[in-house]
Amino acid sequence: MSDTADTKQMAYIAAQAADARVNLEIETEGMTLNIGPQHPATHGTLRIVVRLDGEQVISAEPLMGYMHRGYEKLTEVRTYPQVTTLVNRIDWLGSFANEVPFILAAEQLMEVEAPPRAQWIRTALFEMSRIANVVLFLGDMGVQLGAVTPVFFAFRDREFILNQIEAVTGGRFHPNFDRIGGLKDDLPKGWIDETRGVLKRIRNFCDEIETLVVGNEIFQSRTRNIGVIPADIGLSYGLSGANIRSSGVDWDIRRDGGVGLVHNELDWKVWTHPDGDSFARFWVRLQEVRESCTMIEQILDGIPSGPVMAKVPRIIKVPAGEAYVETENPLGIMGYYVISKGDLTPFRVKIRSASFNNVSITPWLLKGVYVPDVISILASLYFILGDIDR
Amino acid sequence: MSVVLADLAYWQETTIRLLVGLIAVLLPAGTLVYLFLFKMMSFMQSRLGPMEAGPYGSLQLLAEVGKFLQKEDIVPKAADRLIFKLAPFVVLISTFLLILVIPAGPDLWFIDVDTGIFLGLAVSSISVIGILMAGWASSSKYSLLGALRATGQLIAYELPMVLAVVGVIIQAGTLNVQEIVMAQATGEIFGFGGIGNPYVITQFVGFLIFLIAVQAELTQPPFDMPVAESELVTGYLTEYSGLRFLMFFIGEFATAAIFSALAATLFLGGWYVPGLEATDNLFNVIGPIVLLGKMLLVAFFIFWFRFTYPRFREDQLQQLAWKVLIPLSLVNIVITGVLKVVF
Repeated sequence: MSDTADTKQMAYIAAQAADARVNLEIETEGMTLNIGPQHPATHGTLRIVVRLDGEQVISAEPLMGYMHRGYEKLTEVRTYPQVTTLVNRIDWLGSFANEVPFILAAEQLMEVEAPPRAQWIRTALFEMSRIANVVLFLGDMGVQLGAVTPVFFAFRDREFILNQIEAVTGGRFHPNFDRIGGLKDDLPKGWIDETRGVLKRIRNFCDEIETLVVGNEIFQSRTRNIGVIPADIGLSYGLSGANIRSSGVDWDIRRDGGVGLVHNELDWKVWTHPDGDSFARFWVRLQEVRESCTMIEQILDGIPSGPVMAKVPRIIKVPAGEAYVETENPLGIMGYYVISKGDLTPFRVKIRSASFNNVSITPWLLKGVYVPDVISILASLYFILGDIDR
Repeated sequence: MSVVLADLAYWQETTIRLLVGLIAVLLPAGTLVYLFLFKMMSFMQSRLGPMEAGPYGSLQLLAEVGKFLQKEDIVPKAADRLIFKLAPFVVLISTFLLILVIPAGPDLWFIDVDTGIFLGLAVSSISVIGILMAGWASSSKYSLLGALRATGQLIAYELPMVLAVVGVIIQAGTLNVQEIVMAQATGEIFGFGGIGNPYVITQFVGFLIFLIAVQAELTQPPFDMPVAESELVTGYLTEYSGLRFLMFFIGEFATAAIFSALAATLFLGGWYVPGLEATDNLFNVIGPIVLLGKMLLVAFFIFWFRFTYPRFREDQLQQLAWKVLIPLSLVNIVITGVLKVVF
C-alpha cells in the first residue's frame, strides 16, 4: 500500500518538476480556490483552501471553526443530566451515540452501573443511530459523484429507523434519552416486532445500494485507487472508525475493550478492507450497516428483563475524579474526558470527536489529486461539521 | 412551410416563421422539463414531484418561469458586464439555428439546403462560445473552471458526433436532411420495404455513439463535469440569476430536445411512419406529432442515463472520447463505406 502511495507521490513530484520548467518559460501561476465555507460539497461550513495548477491540487489546507459552538465550555455551566442535550448536537445524524460515552464516563465517576436491560437497549439505540447516520452517507456519496438518485432512497429508508428511535425516545434527531444509571423509559409495546421489519428494509436498502452504486463502473472508476491512505499514515494522523478499518487495520473499540455496552455478548464481525481507497471506505461502511442490523436483531432476541434505571440520587453530584471513556461512534472514536470536583457541573470536559482527526489528513491526502477527486475523497472520509467544530 | 407560405408577403412570412420557430423550440423544451425532469426523475427517486400547480403539477413550468422572472438580475461587480449579459443569448442562438435544419413533414421545413446536416452540426458548436463567454466574464473561479471544462468536453465530443453522422450520410448519399428522411422512408431492407429503412438498424453503432456524444454535448450526467454541482457549484452558471439563468436553462433543455429530434431524424426515420406514402400530404399534419413522439423516445434515454449514473472525471471523459468513441466511429465509417460499395 505504501508502495502505491510512494509511486503516486514520486510521479506527482516528477510532474511538478516538469511543470515548473514550463512555468518558468511561460510564467503561469497557480490559482487559489476556496472550497467553502459556503459550498454544496462541504455539507456544512468546512473551508478548504486549495492551490491549483490547472485542475491538479498543489496544496490543500482545511480551515475549520466556522461552526464552533463551544460545547466544551458550555458543559461547565450545565448539570450532568443537562449535558446530554448539548452533546446530542455534535454529530447530529447519529445523535444518540454522542450521549453514550459521556454518560458512561459520568457513571464511571459515580461508580454506578446501568442494569443489564438498560445496557442492552442502549446498545440497540447506539447501533440504530449508526444505521441512521451511515445510511445517509451511502446515499450522499452518490450525490458527491453526481448521481442524485441514491440519496432519495437513503432518505426514504432512514425515515423508518428514525421512526423507531422516535418511538422509544420521543425525538427523531435529538433523543436526549440516556440517563446516568440507565435510561429514561422502557421500550414501548410492540416496538421489538416493528423493529424487525425495519431492519429488513435497511437490509434491502443495502442490497439496493450494492447493485445501484457499488456495482456501477463509473462509480468504481471514480473511487478505486483514489485517495489511498496507507495504514501507517492513517494511524499517525489519528484516523479512526471505518476510515482506518478500510486501510486494513483491524481495530474496533466495540470489540477491543469497550465498556458499558454489550457488543461483546453478540456475535458479529469487524469488517476491514486492504485497499484504503475511497471505494474501500464506502464498502466497509456498507458492511457495517449490515453488521449493525445483525447486532440489533440479536439484541431484540436476547434482551433481558428487569429495570431500566439503577438507584441514583435525585440530585446528581458527581464525586471528584477524572474519567475518560471512548466508544466506536458512527464516524469513528468519540471520547469524553471528564474532570469533576464534586459539584453539580463538570469542572472540565474534553471531547475527542472523530471527524476532527479524520479531516486532519486532508493536506497530505489531497496533494496531487484533481478537483473532482477532492470532492469524492472528502465525501468518502465522511465527516459531520458539528463533529469537527463542536 | 415554403409551399404554405408561397402567397404571403415577406413580413407576414417572417412573422409566421418566427412564431413557429419559437413554438418549435419552447414546446419540446417544456415537454422535456415537465415529463422527464419533473415527473420521471421523481418516480425514479420514489417521490411524486410537483403536484400542486394544476393537475399533476402540469402548470409547474409556468410557476417556475414566473419565479425566475421575479428574481433580481445580478451582475457581479468585477464581471465584464457586456459579455456577461450577452452570453445567454449566444447560447440560445445556437439552439434556434439548430432547429432550422430539421424537417417536420414533406413540406414543413424552415430552410432546405443541400448541406443541411453540415450546417446543423456546425451551428451546434456556437454554444461553446456562449459558455466560454459566460465563464470568463463571470470573474469567478468556479465559472472559469466550468467553462474551460465545457470547452474541452464539447470539442472532444463534437468529433465522434460528426463521425457518427458520416455513416448516415454515406448510406443516404446526401447531406440534405429532408432527403435523408426520404431515403429512410423509401428504403428497403433486403428487398422488404414495409417499414422503410430506418438507419438505426444498419447504423446502430453510429446511433449509440451519437447518443453518447449528444449526452456529452448537452453536459448532462454522466458527462456533466462543466456544471458539476458538487464540485464547481454550477460551473459557468454560478453567477447567473433570474432571467439570464432561465435562458441558459431553456437553452439546455431546448438543445436536448433538438438533438433528440436530430437523432430521431437521422436514425429513426424523422417524421415518417410506415404504412403511408412518404409524399402523402397527411404527413404535413401528423409529421410534427410523429417527430415529437420519436424525439421523446430518444430523450427518454438521454434523461434515463442522466438520472442513473454518477459523473466521470475530466480525464476519464477525454479518454472515452479519444480512445474509444472516435476509433469506433472511424471503424463504423470504414465498414459502412465498404458495404455501400459492395451492395
